Amino acid sequence: MIALALPAATNESEGFVPPTIDDLHLPEILPWGAHYGEGFGKQMLLVLLSVALISWFLVAASRRRQMVPGKFQFLGEFSYNFVRNSVGKDLIGEKDFRPYVPVLVSLFFFILVNNLFGSIPLLQLPTTSHVGTSYALAGIVYILWIVLGIRTHGIGYFKVAVVPSGVPKAFLLPVVLIEIVSNFVVRPLTHSLRLFATMLAGHMIIALAASGSAFLLTQTSGIVPALGVLTMAGGVGMYLFEIFIQVLQAYVFVLLTAVYIQGSISEAH
Amino acid sequence: MEISGNLNAIGYGLSAIGGGIGVGLVFAAFINGVARQPEAQRVLQPLAFMGLAFTEALAILGLVFAFVWQ
Repeated sequence: MIALALPAATNESEGFVPPTIDDLHLPEILPWGAHYGEGFGKQMLLVLLSVALISWFLVAASRRRQMVPGKFQFLGEFSYNFVRNSVGKDLIGEKDFRPYVPVLVSLFFFILVNNLFGSIPLLQLPTTSHVGTSYALAGIVYILWIVLGIRTHGIGYFKVAVVPSGVPKAFLLPVVLIEIVSNFVVRPLTHSLRLFATMLAGHMIIALAASGSAFLLTQTSGIVPALGVLTMAGGVGMYLFEIFIQVLQAYVFVLLTAVYIQGSISEAH
Repeated sequence: MEISGNLNAIGYGLSAIGGGIGVGLVFAAFINGVARQPEAQRVLQPLAFMGLAFTEALAILGLVFAFVWQ
């Protein structure tokens, strides 16, 4: 699997060829749905795997509950409580955060597991490094907060969302234009691209370090292979840093979801 | 000497400057706040990460456009 992900970089005549974005698009497993552009690939398989893993984990963690939780129950309760209290309760507000806890928790677990696939040996591909996954997730959230806003304010929500209070009449037009672009265009774009770009970049860095050290260790002579050890050590360091980034990005995605929900259900802008 | 490559990489580097300075400012303020008042950390932490997320946006757009506008 790792050999599949690494490019055939090491041919003698051209020297070192760094991995490109295309190397992340592994060959499809099944041609199912291929006439829509892309077949059933590794990323889709990983999404299905993640759903199975998360359901198994949550069911197993909540079965046989005890007053003094075991390790497994503790892990489940800790992560659930983390999302519920420090994201939902603190950001949406004590009064009306309850209906949104399920969506926050499932988003968090889904993104967390799909990001961590990038750091599990043999799987070694974050699903969210494919932009389709991130677009779908951010699209769900986009529709969610627009619908919530319309449900709270009626159709006047669009006025609440783009006309800030206390702006002089003369500046109203440019401010409203900026608000429209920043709320309805840039917001969902950055929401999805943040997740996608960090995962892609992290994966590319590790692929670059791995193929670079493979090239330095096997294809060079003299003192140069010693540099391969350095790039390998750097690659391992980035690998550990990447685990931190993967958890952080899942947190940031859910945090922003809570902020957007709060923005559309609160009374004034 | 001939230099080959894509100017997009330089463009992304330039766009990352702003994001870097911004994220630095956000976390400097966060650390200052927590150092002055350690019990405020619970309140400040989501705010800091929210600031991080919003400041990052420009650098992310830079990275994406560097690949899109080849």
